[in-house]
Order: sequence, then structure tokens, then C-alpha cells
Amino acid sequence: MKKEKDSILKVEDLHKSYNETEILKGITLEVKKGETKVIIGPSGTGKSTLLMCINRLVEPDSGRIYLEGEEILSSKNIHKIRQKIGFVFQHFNLFDHLTVLDNVKIGLTKVKKIEKSQATEIALKELERVGLKDKSELYPAQLSGGQKQRVAIARTLAMNPKLILFDEPTSALDPELIGEVLNVMIDLAKSGMTMVCVTHEMGFARAVADEIIFMENGVIVEKGPPESMFKNPQKDRTKEFLNKLSQLYGKEENT
Amino acid sequence: MEDIQVIINSFPYLLKGTLVTLELTLFSLIIGFVMGVIISFGQLYGNKLVQFIFLIYERVFRSIPLLVILFLIFYGLPAIGIRLDPLIASILGLGLRSSAYQSQILRGAILSIPKGQLDAAYSIGMNKIQTFFYIIFPQAIRIALSGWTNEAAVVLKDTSLAYALGVVELLRQGTYIISVTNRPLIVYLICGVIYFILTFSISRGLGKIEKKLAIPGYETRSV
Amino acid sequence: MSFFEIVESSWVYMVEGIWVTLFLTLISVIIGFFLGVLLAVSKTYGNKLFYYISYVFIEIIRGTPLLVQLFILYYSLPVIGIRLSPILASIMAFSLNSAAYQAEYLRGAIQSISSGQMQASLSIGMKKWQAIRLIILPQALRRFIPSWTNEFIYLLKYSSLSYIVGAPEIMAQAKFVASRNFEFFQVYLFAAIIYFVLVTIFGEIFRFIEKKMKIPGTLTYARNQI
Repeated sequence: MKKEKDSILKVEDLHKSYNETEILKGITLEVKKGETKVIIGPSGTGKSTLLMCINRLVEPDSGRIYLEGEEILSSKNIHKIRQKIGFVFQHFNLFDHLTVLDNVKIGLTKVKKIEKSQATEIALKELERVGLKDKSELYPAQLSGGQKQRVAIARTLAMNPKLILFDEPTSALDPELIGEVLNVMIDLAKSGMTMVCVTHEMGFARAVADEIIFMENGVIVEKGPPESMFKNPQKDRTKEFLNKLSQLYGKEENT
Repeated sequence: MEDIQVIINSFPYLLKGTLVTLELTLFSLIIGFVMGVIISFGQLYGNKLVQFIFLIYERVFRSIPLLVILFLIFYGLPAIGIRLDPLIASILGLGLRSSAYQSQILRGAILSIPKGQLDAAYSIGMNKIQTFFYIIFPQAIRIALSGWTNEAAVVLKDTSLAYALGVVELLRQGTYIISVTNRPLIVYLICGVIYFILTFSISRGLGKIEKKLAIPGYETRSV
Repeated sequence: MSFFEIVESSWVYMVEGIWVTLFLTLISVIIGFFLGVLLAVSKTYGNKLFYYISYVFIEIIRGTPLLVQLFILYYSLPVIGIRLSPILASIMAFSLNSAAYQAEYLRGAIQSISSGQMQASLSIGMKKWQAIRLIILPQALRRFIPSWTNEFIYLLKYSSLSYIVGAPEIMAQAKFVASRNFEFFQVYLFAAIIYFVLVTIFGEIFRFIEKKMKIPGTLTYARNQI
């Protein structure tokens, strides 16, 4: 008997406005355990805002968000909840004054209050997972963009989250460096991590996405599995956008 | 209450003191500006000797307390035959000190203009003088303005040091009033309020000028 | 008297003044630092009340002359029964004054830290004050160092104001010496040279420290000049 996969994240009718402009106009989506969802769409349509609402770095105006069944918008202990949600930023946001190792450790020692030597063990394990164990004593300023982003991923992994949100993780990287980060993300997806990614990287989407969500002007225009979205988009806007993307980024051969 | 009477009675004297304070501020800033321009030009465009002399000048006047400068001028110069009255000595001291800082403000502003501006000017055929007047100076002035606003407020507050030379500016007037009325708290507080109004007005006033001169879309770069 | 003779005969007195000057400067800049951190954090992260209290305090201090603040503490407080010694009044005045300026410099440093640092801290579950203490302040304080050393040198110069209320620092000693040998110009010149040397020495020490403190891989932040 097939076991129904657990729902990790459920977003219901999320609204957010800045000043007079409504950025999110009623977003609803669900992510089950182990799924990878990729959100695509033109810039400024609220994709980043959506992600930031999920871990409440931005407070939505109305709607509900359930993490493993628990509603989180009404919770007072948001910092506890954030431990379960990983967030990878477009601009890495590594702690500049700390070494690579300390960057990954600090969540463990100061937030989870794990004892130092155990924290070091966990941190080194995650750094090895992203391929940067040998750089643990360097500072962020001494790393390349791709390395910084991988350390950022290690930092979120160390917290053992239920779900990781990726906000255009490769958009700030030089082209040659994008691959190393995407490879880490593909490995993560294949190992069963639940992920929501905002990205333009269609190759990545094709490789691991369970569903592609197309957002524009604060609403979800269309969503579906990669094959049907790429081959047979229902809405015209989706078709247009996907065409533009493949023009810019080149059509990928099947991975 | 008696205190209100004190306040009302002391107003004319405090006003006189304020005028002296403003006088000190204005003339010191003018001296500071004229000398500051000369020094900054010398440092930017002069030969090595000129640059060296002005560098020493700047270092000296920024490393010595204003009080020492005032004392050297007022108490020290008579030993070599120059006897100045307290007001002149104060203006001279404040002015010389200000010139060292103003030259830096102006020099920093001019240096912060990107080299690309010069390249563009030369490439349409301007000579050095034209480039300076039409391209560098208009932009440098706007950048220097925020530094000047700060300097004006600094000089205004520093005029209180003229007290030590016996100049009857605002603070000394306050002290005289206190010696008669024996109300040190009220009187010095009022002096403080007057100073605050003055510095506030300068900042606001120059701030308005900054806005008026601002080039749309062009943020003031910090020097 | 030749300059050399003056230096020789007054040297001992001047050194006494130097100690007082250094003492005043150091204590005031340190108290000013701790107070300044409090003000800066209140103004940046505090609620409306903290913000306004810090704002008002800073505006008033920065809008009035240091000498007036010193006079109020030394001459006016006795009215309500608090009689301070010249040194104590000077330390209080300099500390409060310095706190206001240091707070603004620090606030500038805090704001220069990208908002992404706070976002990243919150996103791994830190509470706001944890993020301020562990992530924001350590970086802001590093950026604040040039301003702090500037402030030290500023106080070193303006400590001379305490002469006016009778503290026995360099200027007071100079006056004492000059009133005995009547060589006003040369004695004050000596005092000027002492200040020049002190400022230069501390300037070099600070430049060295700043070099040592920089995070590997980053540029040193430009000294803003005072």
C-alpha cells in the first residue's frame, strides 16, 4: 500500500502589499516531503517575497502557512520555527567576520545550544557534503561566489531543516561557478530534501523538479510537472515566458 | 517667578553676546575659506615644495588644540612684538584652524570627481582651466557642501573658546550675568539653547541650499 | 632663556600635566564608548521611546559647545547640591559629549552592514538581540574603529578645555611655568609641540592596530579625517 507522503509546507491564500501595491494576490501551494518545487516567473512578481513570507522574514498581510501541519503565522516563537526552515539567499549573506567553519557552527552553538565539539563535528560533516571541508579556516572574503553559496547551503543543512527555500541561489554568480552550486542542489534533491527554489536554471528544474510553478503579477498562472510545463504549457503567458527563457539560456538537452 | 525676571532681564546682554559669537563665526569661516582654497589648490596643483609646506601646515593645525593656538597667538605673540586684541586673536586662531579643515574638505571633494569626467572634458577639447571651471568646480562644490555645513557648526561651537581670551561672546556674557544674578543653571541652560538654535539654523539653512543645488538623481558621495 | 633651557627647566611640570591629559582622555573616551554603544543600539533597534530619548540626547549634545556642557556640570550643578571637582566635571562632560558622537559614528557603521546579515541570522533561528550581539555588532564595531580612534584624538585635543575649570593638565602646567619665567611664547610653543607629538604617536599606534584588526581578505576602511 502506497503511503501518502506527508505534507511539509502548505500555503493558503497568501496576500502581501507594499504601500499601495499588492505583491502577492492570494498564493496557494503545497509541498510534500521529499518534493522539489521550482518557481519561475518575471522579476518583481513576488517570488522572493513569497519565500520570505514563508519564513516570516517578511510578514504577510493575510493567509495561512502550515509547516508540518502547524500554522506558523500566528505563532509567537518564530525563531524556533525558522530553525526548521532553511533559507539560501541570492547574495549568500555569509557572516563576514567569521570563518567558514564558524559560519556553519554558529547556528548550532548559539541557537540550538549544541556543545562545541559536537557542533564542530556536524559542521565539518556538512562542509564535506558540499565539498568545502578544506576551506574551513578561511574567511568569506577569501572565497569565490560559488564557494560562498555552498558554505551558505552547508550552514542551512547544519540546522537539519525540514524544508529549504532557495531564493535565486545562482543569480549572483559568474557563469562558470553556477555549476558547482547546482550540483550540490541536485544531490540534495536526490537525497530526499524537501525544497522550494526560485530560479531561472531550467536544466536544474528538468533534472529534479517534481513541479514547476509559474508566477506572474502576484498570482500563480500555471503549475505542473516539468515535462508537461515545458512541452505543453496551457496558458499563453506561460508559453511566452518559457520561450524567452530558452532563448536566453539555451535549450538544454535531456539530462 | 523670579527666574522669569532673570531671563527677561538678561536677554539684551545675551543678544549682544550672540552677535559677537556670530561675528567670530562669520569672519573665522571667511578666513578659513580663503586660506582653505589657497591651500587645497597648492596641494592639488602646486609643485613639490608648495605641497610639502602646506602638508606641514595642515598637520600642525589639525594636531594642536584650538586653545593652544589661541594662547600662542594672544599670549605668545607679544613676546615677538605682535600684540593683538582678543577678538582679532580669536578670529585669527579660529580662522587658521578652520583653513586646515576646509582645505581638506575641498581637496577631498575635488579628488572624488571620477577621472572619467576629466577624460571626457579633454576629449571634447577643453583645456585644464576650462575643465576646472565648467566640470570639476560645479560638481566639487556640491560634494563639499555637506562638509562645510559641518565645519560651520564646528566653528560656531568653537567660538566659545574665545571665552578664555576674555572676548565677551555669548558664554562670557552668560558668566557676567551669573556673577550678578547668581543663577548659573538657568543662564548657562539658556546659553545652551541659544547655541542649539544657532547650530540648528545653520544646518537647516545650508541643508536647504544643498537641496536647491542638488543635481537630480545624483546622490552626494561621502568624501 | 633659550628654548632648550625652558624645556629643561619645565619638563618635569609638563609631564605631570601630560599624565592628567592622558587620564582625562582615556577615561572619557572609554565611558563615552559604552554609553555610545547603548545609544546607538537604542536608536537603531529600540522602540519609539528608546529612539526618541537617544535622538534628543544626541541632538542636544551635538548642537551645543563642549565648553557650555562643561560649565553646566561644573558651575551649575552646585546649585542643586552636586559639587564636582574640576577633573570629575571634565570627565563627565567629555564622556557625555563623546558618547553622543560615538553613537552616531557607530550607528553609521551598523547601517553600513548589509541587511542580508540580519536576514541570514534570523533565518537560522536567532532572536533579534542574538543577531545584534553575535553578528551585527562585531562587524559594526570593526568598521567603527577608525571613527573611534579619531574620537580619541579629538578628545586628546579638547581635553585642554578642562584648563578653564581648573584641572591640572598640560595647559594649566604651561600657564604655571610661563607665569614664573615669563617666556609665554616659548612655553606655549613647548605645549603645542607636546600635543603635536602625542597626537602623532597615537595616530601611528592606531594605524598599526587598524591594520592588525582587519578581517583577512577585506580592504581596510578609509580613515575619515578629523
